[in-house]
Amino acid sequence: MSDLLLRGGTVVDLGIGAPRVADLLVRGGLIEAVASGLEVESVGEEIDASGLVVAPGFVDPHAHLCEPGWEHRETIRSGAQAAAAGGFTTVCCMPDTDPVVDDPATVGYVVAEGSRAGGARVLPVAALSVGRKGEQLTEFGELVAAGAVAVGDAGRSVASSTLMRLALEYAQSFGVPLLTHSEDAELARGGQVHEGVVSTLLGLRGLPAVAEEIGVLRDIALARAAAGRLHIQRVSTAAAVAAIRRGLERGVRITAEATPHHLLLTDDLLGDYGTEYKVSPPLRPAADVEAVQGALADGTIACVATDHAPRHYDEKEQAFDDAPHGVVGLETAFAVLHTHLVRGGAMNLPTLLKRMSLGPARALGIEGGELERGRRADLVLIDPAAEWVVDPAQFLSKGRSTPFAGMRVTGRVVRTLVGGETVWSVGEDPPARVSR
Amino acid sequence: MSGGKTVLGKDLTGLDALSTDQIRAILDTAEPMKQIARRRVKKVPVLRGKTIVNLFFEASTRTRISFEFAEKRLSADTVNIGSVGSSVSKGETLVDTARNLEAMSIDMVVIRHWSAGAAAFLAARIPSSVVNAGDGAHEHPTQALLDILTLRDHFGRIDGLKVCIVGDVLHSRVARSNIHGLTKLGAEVAVCGPRTLLPAGIEELGARVVNGLEEAIEWADALNVLRLQLERMQDGYVPSLREYNRVFGVTSAHLQRADRELLIMHPGPLNRGVEIDSDVADGPHSVILRQVTNGVAVRMAVLYLLAGGEALLAEAASEWSQE
Repeated sequence: MSDLLLRGGTVVDLGIGAPRVADLLVRGGLIEAVASGLEVESVGEEIDASGLVVAPGFVDPHAHLCEPGWEHRETIRSGAQAAAAGGFTTVCCMPDTDPVVDDPATVGYVVAEGSRAGGARVLPVAALSVGRKGEQLTEFGELVAAGAVAVGDAGRSVASSTLMRLALEYAQSFGVPLLTHSEDAELARGGQVHEGVVSTLLGLRGLPAVAEEIGVLRDIALARAAAGRLHIQRVSTAAAVAAIRRGLERGVRITAEATPHHLLLTDDLLGDYGTEYKVSPPLRPAADVEAVQGALADGTIACVATDHAPRHYDEKEQAFDDAPHGVVGLETAFAVLHTHLVRGGAMNLPTLLKRMSLGPARALGIEGGELERGRRADLVLIDPAAEWVVDPAQFLSKGRSTPFAGMRVTGRVVRTLVGGETVWSVGEDPPARVSR
Repeated sequence: MSGGKTVLGKDLTGLDALSTDQIRAILDTAEPMKQIARRRVKKVPVLRGKTIVNLFFEASTRTRISFEFAEKRLSADTVNIGSVGSSVSKGETLVDTARNLEAMSIDMVVIRHWSAGAAAFLAARIPSSVVNAGDGAHEHPTQALLDILTLRDHFGRIDGLKVCIVGDVLHSRVARSNIHGLTKLGAEVAVCGPRTLLPAGIEELGARVVNGLEEAIEWADALNVLRLQLERMQDGYVPSLREYNRVFGVTSAHLQRADRELLIMHPGPLNRGVEIDSDVADGPHSVILRQVTNGVAVRMAVLYLLAGGEALLAEAASEWSQE
């Protein structure tokens, strides 16, 4: 592996404190030193990072790379490259594939494809139940041995409290967290959008906020009873935030994530039935969005997750009821959050960077988020002042459906390094994917 | 076709999207259309040479036939496509169906679809005019227009009228279109029904919630009684049809207690003995069949205006040649 020196960047080391201008030396894929005015005799490559932010590479705890089985939507390769273009150095991919990632062989396939993808590291999450049917636990031990970093049924809540309890207990033998889509499935069934005045106006079946509240309350109660490790995926309501806050105060081992769309967008954007706003859980009213933002700012929600869920053009080009939920997010997450939360004054840049790297890494118990000597050189270089317009046609992802299309944003990832190797950079090969 | 510069714009997808003036233009234009139905030769050449496709993804008898009559009376050429026995039942997508029709140079599509937003979806993707004949639980604008026209015929005004919509508002596109249309024209609107069938935030659409049929009858000038789909009982929204009829069914006993004139409307088809008793549906308060008559006139007005016609008043029809 080549050696590399990043000169004069603003280094944001989340473990140490305030950002400072410094040089960062990478040797053998690892961070060798971070200091100002580093004297280095010879180095393979030197990069002028002045004016750029040098931060730990982003860790996405929740993405759908759709392979095996849904390669028309995304492949592990295209997804890993899209992740790299968004500044992610690690992406955890969900098991809702076809076949479901519920046996060691399929976990092994994802790991192998990921290692060949030439983008972000790909870490598989395995299904919690066989076939994601919520009936029988998968072989957590075998799955973890094959490379799974967590278990969860991805987008489906576990209806049986008994199975959920057993999973929370059993997972402790293997040191992995349980990822849940916490929702009362029966109450949520058929819901297309948040239940409220917007669903009434549009005549679409509503999904009540209380479905998420019940799911989160139950799963926290079970995590407390089982002393298990629970990671709550894509929180969208004020009530769920309150439940998580209480759980944390009581010392329950929970972490939570929120997506850029739930952090920034409200359900009244659905006025024209745009399927690029159809997501799960649904977009919520402003009071919920503010609560989720507040929770990300104060750390109640420690992770940003993209819930990157590519869909084929044809799937989204349907009447609202018939179109699947899901939007892409890997290539826009940082820019939209930087634009609206950091520049909008809801949090400072180090906090956002922490929620996009250290927070998720700790939640999942994987490496990432730190720039200490000896750590893997998983890094992102950011131009915080660059302005650009989100253009889905430029995405490396095969998915194009995003609610942020056409949005003018500030701040862009200019280079992503995994283990010291540049896996993406603006203006190089692959060519610049960022317009303007 | 006129290319979109019509009184109504290119399409009619719902009353929420129309201005008060546009709604009035349709109602006024329906007046001369009524006269055409009374003629010996019920046909004018206004849409001669225009092609209209009636694209019904969902079963409908009344609305489809009403549109067809309206089209034929305006001399349009029409094609009916239902979901059974067409490419729709072979899995063709809505957008492909529409584009294929478009390729055959049509002028208008009248669409009924189970999915809310389907009419707007189509309207955004084809240059032809699109008329919403009911999209899921969203809107059914021509039904509300004929309801409003019937009210105007009877009361001579809409402004200040009190109209209560009774029944399954949650799943009703008729209710939503009526709320939008009536409130824009200055009527007061209330809804009445089991709480399970009243949607969240309905007050924010401009409708007050009244608690029972007694209160509704005391308050309203007119009741618009919605059909209770029998599936609602299977889905658990109401425990039994018998109880529904007892609590929310409109009976002649109710009307005898009303201290003033009360108009009874129903969009059809009737569930006699469920949401409405036969003696009410067939009784002196009922204007249900006048609604059906007005349906053709309102739909003629909508098609005529979307084809680029100017808003008309009653006298205008006499100027049209009779074929």
